[in-house]
Amino acid sequence: MDLFEYQARDLFAKHGVPVLAGEVIDTPEAAREATERLGGKSVVKAQVKVGGRGKAGGVKLAATPDEAVARATDILGMDIKGHTVHKVMIAELSPEIEAEYYVSYLLDRTNRTFLAMASVQGGMDIEEVAEKTPEALAKVPVNANDGVTLEKAREIVAQAKFPAEVAEGVAEVLVTLWDTFVAEDALLVEVNPLVKTKDGRILALDGKVSLDENADFRQPEHEALEDKAAANPLEAAAKAKGLNYVKLDGEVGIIGNGAGLVMSTLDVVAYAGENHGGVKPANFLDIGGGASAEVMANGLEIILGDADVKSVFVNVFGGITACDEVANGIVQALELLASKGEEVTKPLVVRLDGNNAELGRKILSDANHPLVQRVDTMDGAADKAAELAAAK
Amino acid sequence: MAIFLNKDSKVIVQGMTGATGMKHTKLMLGDGTNIVGGVNPRKAGTVVDFDGTEVPVFGTVAEAMKETGANVSVLFVPPAFAKAAVVEAIDAEIPLAVVITEGIAVHDSAAFYAYAVEKGNKTRLIGPNCPGLITPGQSNAGIIPGDITKPGRIGLVSKSGTLTYQMMYELRDIGFSSAVGIGGDPVIGTTHIDALAAFEADPETDLIVMIGEIGGDAEERAADFIKANVTKPVVGYVAGFTAPEGKTMGHAGAIVSGSSGTAQAKKEALEAAGVKVGKTPTETAKLARAILAG
Repeated sequence: MDLFEYQARDLFAKHGVPVLAGEVIDTPEAAREATERLGGKSVVKAQVKVGGRGKAGGVKLAATPDEAVARATDILGMDIKGHTVHKVMIAELSPEIEAEYYVSYLLDRTNRTFLAMASVQGGMDIEEVAEKTPEALAKVPVNANDGVTLEKAREIVAQAKFPAEVAEGVAEVLVTLWDTFVAEDALLVEVNPLVKTKDGRILALDGKVSLDENADFRQPEHEALEDKAAANPLEAAAKAKGLNYVKLDGEVGIIGNGAGLVMSTLDVVAYAGENHGGVKPANFLDIGGGASAEVMANGLEIILGDADVKSVFVNVFGGITACDEVANGIVQALELLASKGEEVTKPLVVRLDGNNAELGRKILSDANHPLVQRVDTMDGAADKAAELAAAK
Repeated sequence: MAIFLNKDSKVIVQGMTGATGMKHTKLMLGDGTNIVGGVNPRKAGTVVDFDGTEVPVFGTVAEAMKETGANVSVLFVPPAFAKAAVVEAIDAEIPLAVVITEGIAVHDSAAFYAYAVEKGNKTRLIGPNCPGLITPGQSNAGIIPGDITKPGRIGLVSKSGTLTYQMMYELRDIGFSSAVGIGGDPVIGTTHIDALAAFEADPETDLIVMIGEIGGDAEERAADFIKANVTKPVVGYVAGFTAPEGKTMGHAGAIVSGSSGTAQAKKEALEAAGVKVGKTPTETAKLARAILAG
């Protein structure tokens, strides 16, 4: 889960990373009081989870509380690269800046370790630095069990060639930033820019944090950081039912078991769609192992509630779960939806393979539901589902 | 022969007495796995009866190994306790630990992987978030259904559980030496490369099927490895061609970020290494079949 800048700022502050004062607001009028609290001047910063907001006009200085209201009026509702601005941060004006740096911690999948990245060329897109002047970006592996002590932080600072007068200050920030990374179960913490001010301070002026949702069980405070307003309503409904669902932009609804098989199903449907007017998968939905009637019903309800869906492809490989149980799940799910008064009007193509496939197929044949078609191969079923979606 | 697991493997189950552990221990026993014990400090000294097979419960992995000579542990421990359980297995220096558990926080998996390395890699980790591995007809360490296929001469390594099953099913008449599900998490113990090296060295494997998916660069690195080190034919499949950027597709590791991690890049890298890559699982199985038919 990626956080907004103001949420990152709050987490940094909590763990001792030096930041400027700031508060988030969602109405122009609130900018006045917030700016007054900061002594009458502020920076109005659009809160969007995308880079390049400065260039897009999403960051403005306000010399008076009235000006802050005007700037907030301009920025709230603005579209930045397809992201609508719903919130702005009213931040303390930075003291005069002498230098901009970059520091971050993230997971290095290739080497299966954490990585510290640091550069004295901050303030710009770090991918650009990595590409144009790779020697200016230090990458230092960090062992998860050793962490970043002041000694390790000094090593990072030395490798990135920070000037001597800021070395110790930056090292101290690196230690607190590591504390943030670990304590919050983050996948990424990034400060860009980390600045040296004329009055000699080291400050984190902007930052990015991405959190590991697998750690939610020990991070009860993270739920409140979720941007519920921005979530797709179908994704939100699926999440509430504990389903692993991602909305896509096609017409063929997909239900399958196992992340890999579902990803593969999306591909196979997209290939089949090339022969049927370019129809595409409408979603990713993994109902996991087990696939009880209730889970199947929940999944079908979400998929059928998607107005974009023209046909549904249920692709299940019976592993430990037997296909007869899955078939019963589908039949019961349709009954369950009917009993709730939700009429099913979209055709379903079902492919069952693996454990007890014959039994499962027989159950579907016997149920003889007018909207359910059985196709026994994955490629064949994908083709049928695409054909039905294209015909609608 | 087979890789990592055979009929002589003595298997213990950490988390055996939980619901998932009980269910799969029973299934593994049914597949002929030599399960010699379970581990649960609160139930040490008790015995669990699985349809007439009595499996003793030990307090620690070390004790179970001392008493039974166990050399494989399969872990069904819930995410919150998984790190401690894996660390215990590493401390006991068990040669193979198969971590089935899904949903382990990355800070935990990065920590136990680093710990295994520090301890000299005496314990091979498979997973986490994986279906485990099976050597058909000999032993099953995990949750792969034992009845999909029979012993044979294809080796399979896959990030995905259900695609493992699908591929085993497509090629069930030919059979498999071993099938290894390495898991879809960002940090995993055993990689595609480890399995490829083992299959290359296994005289009972004639052909290797490698299944990958979007995210990371493991497939690209595997392609480099194949080019330099693998003489046996390799057939590949990559899932996630149509996955949009920035969305996690079920597996925590399956995410396309920027230009990296795309299925297309992985396919091209594999093909450049001489791997035949199928467009769908079925087509991939056909490619394997054609190679074996000569």
